[in-house]
Amino acid sequence: MTSNEDSYYLPDLSKWPIIAATAIFVTLLGVVFWVNGGSLWLTGVGLIGMAYMFYGWFSVVIEESRSGKYTPKVDRTFRMGMFWFITSEVFFFFCFFGCLFYLRTISLGWLGGEGAMGRSNMLWDDFTAAWPLISLPNGGAGLYTEAKEAMGPMGLPLANTLILLTSGVTLTWSHHGIKSGHRAQQVWGLGLTVMLGVIFLFCQAYEYYHAYVAMGLTLNSGIYGATFYMLTGFHGFHVAMGTLMLFVVFVRLLKGHFTAENHFAFEGVAWYWHFVDVVWLGLYLFVYWL
Amino acid sequence: MSDAITHEAHHHGPPTGAKRWLYSTNHKDIGTMYLIFALIMLFIGGAMAMVIRAELWMPGLQLVQPDFFNNLVTNHALIMVFAVVMPAGVGLANWMIPLMIGAPDMAMPRMNNMSFWLLPPAACMLILSMIVPFFGGGQTVNTGWTLYPPLSIQSGMGMDLLIFTIHILGVSSIMGSINIITTIINMRAPGMTMMKLPMFVWSWFYTALLLIVVMPIFAGGVTMLLFDRHFGTSFFDAAGGGDPVLFQHIFWFFGHPEVYVLLLPSIGVLGMVIPTFARKPLFGYKSLVYGMAALYGLGLIVWAHHQYTIGMSIETTTYFMIGTILISIPVGLMIFNFIFTLWRGSITFETPMLFALGIIVMFSFAGTTGVMLAVVPADLQYHDTYFVVAHFHYALIPGSLFGLYAAVFFWLPKWTGHMYNERLGKIFFWWTTIGFNLTFFPQHFSGLAGMPRRIVDYNMIFTEFNVMSSVGAFIFGLSHLLFLYIIIKTIKGGEKATDEVWEGSSIGCAGLEWTVPSPPPFHTFETAPQVK
Repeated sequence: MTSNEDSYYLPDLSKWPIIAATAIFVTLLGVVFWVNGGSLWLTGVGLIGMAYMFYGWFSVVIEESRSGKYTPKVDRTFRMGMFWFITSEVFFFFCFFGCLFYLRTISLGWLGGEGAMGRSNMLWDDFTAAWPLISLPNGGAGLYTEAKEAMGPMGLPLANTLILLTSGVTLTWSHHGIKSGHRAQQVWGLGLTVMLGVIFLFCQAYEYYHAYVAMGLTLNSGIYGATFYMLTGFHGFHVAMGTLMLFVVFVRLLKGHFTAENHFAFEGVAWYWHFVDVVWLGLYLFVYWL
Repeated sequence: MSDAITHEAHHHGPPTGAKRWLYSTNHKDIGTMYLIFALIMLFIGGAMAMVIRAELWMPGLQLVQPDFFNNLVTNHALIMVFAVVMPAGVGLANWMIPLMIGAPDMAMPRMNNMSFWLLPPAACMLILSMIVPFFGGGQTVNTGWTLYPPLSIQSGMGMDLLIFTIHILGVSSIMGSINIITTIINMRAPGMTMMKLPMFVWSWFYTALLLIVVMPIFAGGVTMLLFDRHFGTSFFDAAGGGDPVLFQHIFWFFGHPEVYVLLLPSIGVLGMVIPTFARKPLFGYKSLVYGMAALYGLGLIVWAHHQYTIGMSIETTTYFMIGTILISIPVGLMIFNFIFTLWRGSITFETPMLFALGIIVMFSFAGTTGVMLAVVPADLQYHDTYFVVAHFHYALIPGSLFGLYAAVFFWLPKWTGHMYNERLGKIFFWWTTIGFNLTFFPQHFSGLAGMPRRIVDYNMIFTEFNVMSSVGAFIFGLSHLLFLYIIIKTIKGGEKATDEVWEGSSIGCAGLEWTVPSPPPFHTFETAPQVK
């Protein structure tokens, strides 16, 4: 006879995994058509399928959790799963940061005529390597349009840094509220966090608008624009996902799903939010500031 | 009736109908689907290799257009790596890890099914990428599996399909890896400590860790490729301040560890097979566990030895050369551990053991040519010749594919409850080994003589070596029909297998997989067993 500690919940047949796989397939096939000049309707169908899948699958999981099927061992599985998922996300961003460092410190020097690889400078001998790279080799060679100026660290980016850091504090405050059973603290803390996430996204959208219209800084303005939008864009996408997850958890909190002992959904999203927060600090340091 | 495992419904036989497979949450069923998928893709990828070898049968253009030939080379590699060896490895992990560690199933059974069902869509996209150029989809994908820009930026729609194939496969392997690591850490039976784990479980532990680290990086790289192609960015274009070499670094930062992803599960299989048929405990269990950790660490920091010719500084190439040669230490350690396990054992030569011994010999050969290739001045001569082709086929066919064959023969009796036909198994081993060596051994010579790889036509002086290669390839290819026959025959019937299957199965570093009946019931270890 084994103790309750070792018991484990195994789900029965489920239709959600294959729906998820199909939805991903349809979405991406739609994107292939779209980037090759087609319309986006197939992607739309796929995304509706994804939304249906997320709603259905998470409903099942929440129902299972509410009916007490998740033993401590199942709980450990969820924690490890979330940990390794965030680890893989860390390496996704590591890729873009690594590219930024490589481009700034190694290949840009070569373009400017530095070292043994600097022979490429013979192509564009009036090119000066500088970061942020505003004037492109040969004016972009007709392929790329130069930006008017680079994005500075003050103003909106600094405000966004403060917004995200504050949201980390309010989230932790809410977590303490859940653990100590203070209802108002839970709700206000999490509600404020969701709001700060939304405000961040609005600021980011305005920053992009300003960059495109007033500064001429686009995806097409050479490597500075490309790395800027790739890094902040994928971060912004993660903030959007995180805000959506926080909102779902907020609704569940209002419904009274979380107890002081059992609230891993909240914790998992909190881990994710802190991860997004840390990535932003790296961004602020290396993309905006230095 | 135990209350240890709670099911939604308390039926204990397998569910019936198509739902059993489409909606599965059972690690054995999902493992079977993985293995069948890999087998089907092996025949598709193999057929492409046959066309390649038929084209290279003699100089001049025979069968296919040069562009399509390059597309075949690209997709043959991508299929073999991503749709054959990796899924087969995950299939083995699915089947065996829960049985070995005494777990009732994988930690996340539903996500497990999602990892599998992402594979058929990915395979569809991969095949589609070859077909769209015939229907106005632009330039064929003729880059080779490395997808280097600027060529990959100029390819047509097929390239976008490949990019998303890689994304889907990446999602699948990351989810599979998370599941496997979590299963290994969290689902072990009481008493099954980490240092008692069977070697196969350890090998997958490291493989999954590697995948979680490198798959997202490749995903990021191909995403940048997509943006360069369609959204006006200049990551890989010097005119915008980018650098095409950057993609090579990203690709090989993923691509080199990927080789270990393909190799490690097979090393784990050797760690199970050799002690069983030598009837001796595995020599140096701990050193193998730490050796794999060293291989993991070194594998992540030596990627640029694939790019010696791009013009890196002397200091950089020296670093990558030394790092690469250091890899021979943990790999040599593994080989010596296996040889010392064999030392004074009472060895019998069943099919899995034949494959294991063949791997030791042939994979060591790949290691030797690998050290040659690691040396920068020498590599500048060998780079992009058939010598490289011969080297990595010696590494990957014995190193991973034969390891999978050993595993299939080793565990087929456990899965099906029937012994395979030993005589046919041995014929299959000799048939593939002879075919494989005849295919790839001559390529060392044509490569050293200067024959470039990925080329549809070649100089007359290479004709003899290429004829030998092509004959060998057809022999090698045909042998797989026998493989298919043996598998189907074993599934259908045959001599009943005992629970232990092999005489020496309890001697090696086995887990609990031999304590369950052959074939195992639909649910195993519903009450956690106690390991002493």
